[in-house]
Amino acid sequence: MSEAARLENGGAAALEAPLGLLAELTHRCPLQCPYCSNPLTLERVNGELSTETWCDVLVQAAELGVLQLHLSGGEPTVRRDLAEIVAQAARVGLYTNLITAGVLLTQERLKDLLARGLDHIQISIQDSNAANADRIAQYAGGHAKKLEVAGWAKALKLPLTLNAPIHRQNIDSLPDIIELALALGAQRLEVAHVQYYGWALKNRQALMPTRAQVLRSAELVAKARARLKGVLVIDFVVPDYYARRPKPCMGGWGRGIITITPSGKVLPCHAAQTIDGLNFETVRERSLREIWRQSDAFAAFRGTAWMREPCRSCEFRELDWGGCRCQALAFTGSAANADPACEKSSHHAAFTAVAGAESQAPAQPFAFRRPSPAPGGR
Amino acid sequence: MSKASDPQRLLIAATSVPTLPRHIKLRHDAARNRWTILAPERVLTPDAIALDILQLCNGERSVEAIADALAGQYAAPKERILTDVTNLLQDLADKGVIKA
Repeated sequence: MSEAARLENGGAAALEAPLGLLAELTHRCPLQCPYCSNPLTLERVNGELSTETWCDVLVQAAELGVLQLHLSGGEPTVRRDLAEIVAQAARVGLYTNLITAGVLLTQERLKDLLARGLDHIQISIQDSNAANADRIAQYAGGHAKKLEVAGWAKALKLPLTLNAPIHRQNIDSLPDIIELALALGAQRLEVAHVQYYGWALKNRQALMPTRAQVLRSAELVAKARARLKGVLVIDFVVPDYYARRPKPCMGGWGRGIITITPSGKVLPCHAAQTIDGLNFETVRERSLREIWRQSDAFAAFRGTAWMREPCRSCEFRELDWGGCRCQALAFTGSAANADPACEKSSHHAAFTAVAGAESQAPAQPFAFRRPSPAPGGR
Repeated sequence: MSKASDPQRLLIAATSVPTLPRHIKLRHDAARNRWTILAPERVLTPDAIALDILQLCNGERSVEAIADALAGQYAAPKERILTDVTNLLQDLADKGVIKA
């Protein structure tokens, strides 16, 4: 036992059951961030699962082997039954993480969630600069409210992760964002370069940083990590338009994570509905275990059998699992192609060139995340 | 601009009394028949030795007492065990898994 690290990432060994469940409780959200990971067609409130169904799904998830629950949205605190859902998660032994913008919380409600068994809170910020943050979220006073909520979390000793999506319109604030995480008493900071799916893909030109900006952000994070060892854990997500190899999206399709949408559709990743021809079953129709093990949508890109060249014979095929299916579809026209983020993809040069060109041009106005008009108008 | 109230890195010494913070859960994972450490956005799998150490971290035993307890279990010099236990706990403290 000479080496200090006697830990391995638990994700690698878990072929048989998902470790994490991302529960999108609702797509309603008071913020309008132009890089939202929700689909462009947002689900409506009248299709949302009931409290009882969510509580049943959590029992099924724990029995299937899920260890961690991420309560997300939209904005999960919009749901008035959030405390009941948290209590049920604690009852069935799930590690419970609330992913929130924070702006709708009160101190009393946060205290209640903690009492019901909430383990961790993740608060997103749009910038360290309040005016720019509120402009990006299209929510006046939002940033100040988030800081207040972070203060309540600290006072309640509820562990806090600050999540900062990074793009060309806030990347220069990165040093201040790191200082803000320290000042708020966060244990973790996610410096997460925006991933270009859904709303972010729609707004890619207005969000894409230059290669030089990305490299500088990586240097800043490396220095901060060394300086803040044992004080602040910093996770860094790079934008793969400037990468040489794709990331193992979701740890591999149908390998470690399940997403459930507000209406109960069960997805291998939150963007999977952009892939035509896949039939996503819902928890109203079938058990979570059956969907995970047997549904066509999970089987479609699980493992390596679906791969074409260059993935099929690639030495990294069981490390990156071919990268992201949604990105392959969006950029190359087929979800079964290699992710264009991979330098072995014949589309890689074009992919990189798009980022280079878009990041150099003046930013277009944002298309803010808003529900599409109801069918037939108002 | 360092202030007295700034958070400091926890340095593990023989006299430290380590324990798991409330939000870190050491739990047996029945579906996979193994022990896991559940932490924010992380699932860690301790090996048998790390597990032995973590299960002795009860907020009352010092690092030295943990090494003493393990010396009876492992045939190794106590100084060596104390060094290894300290290194492992330092690594866990840097990951936010241990407080003292």
